[in-house]
Amino acid sequence: MENNEQEPVEHHDSEHPSPAKYIQIAIILTLITAFEVAIYYVEAISNGVFITIFLGMAVVKFIIVAMYYMHLKFDSRVFTLLLVAGLFLATGILITLGTLFRIFT
Amino acid sequence: MATHSTTAQHPSHLETTTGLDHRKLLMWTFLASECLFFGSLIATFLLFKDAAVVGPYPHEVLNIPVTSTSTFVLLTSSLSMVLALAAIQRGDIVSMRVWIMATAVLGATFLGFQVFEFQEFIHEGLKPSTNVFGASFFTLTGFHGAHVAVGVIWLMSLFIYSFKSKDRILASKSLDVELAGLYWHFVDIVWVVIFTVVYLISSLE
Repeated sequence: MENNEQEPVEHHDSEHPSPAKYIQIAIILTLITAFEVAIYYVEAISNGVFITIFLGMAVVKFIIVAMYYMHLKFDSRVFTLLLVAGLFLATGILITLGTLFRIFT
Repeated sequence: MATHSTTAQHPSHLETTTGLDHRKLLMWTFLASECLFFGSLIATFLLFKDAAVVGPYPHEVLNIPVTSTSTFVLLTSSLSMVLALAAIQRGDIVSMRVWIMATAVLGATFLGFQVFEFQEFIHEGLKPSTNVFGASFFTLTGFHGAHVAVGVIWLMSLFIYSFKSKDRILASKSLDVELAGLYWHFVDIVWVVIFTVVYLISSLE
């Protein structure tokens, strides 16, 4: 039974970004949000362009937070796969409901 | 038998069958399931937001300046959360406590904005029972707010726990803080989507 004793292992790598990098990322996120709000008040832009820009910005912010603040860039790919699987299914629900109830038309 | 008792006492320190920490794996599995939860709520909101036959309608009540400010507060809380993690990873438990408390305060501030917003909507005649837009809006943002509230309680517990079990937190190699951080950042990225879909896009006329 003694052979089954398991040794402690290190779970956390040392490649996580530095605090300075985290602050840089926060500034980028704030600038993107400020840009979103600023263009919201531009009347010359059509709704279709607005929606494209807003969704694009949201995706960029989502990816930045997941990669750097949630450390997916530095952690096991399994965690990324889990999140992507959840997002894939959630998108499937959205598309299915949207198609069934014609919210995209 | 020795293995079993050791496993029960120090589960986060053991080699695992997956090679990954099972607490972290469980947290990511939970977050993946949360994607489905919020995905369904957002889909329901999109379904109903334009189906209301009586007002108020989205563009009449949604207040972009106020929500932009609360979004900034939540984004800032993600920064303080990750700084708490960086602090504990270098063994600086005092800084960790400061940043954990800052994150909890910012989270509570965000909840304050949400309470203010809900009160404003009710004053303007929008309640969950007013129309389908109100029902889906309050359900979606209310559940998100509940998640933030759970996060604040979690952070406050971690703050108190850091005084009672300082050695345990340091010995866990920051995993306790990292798990709380994963939850907190997830709540943040869900808000990024809600802010875009529910506020910015839905308030376009």
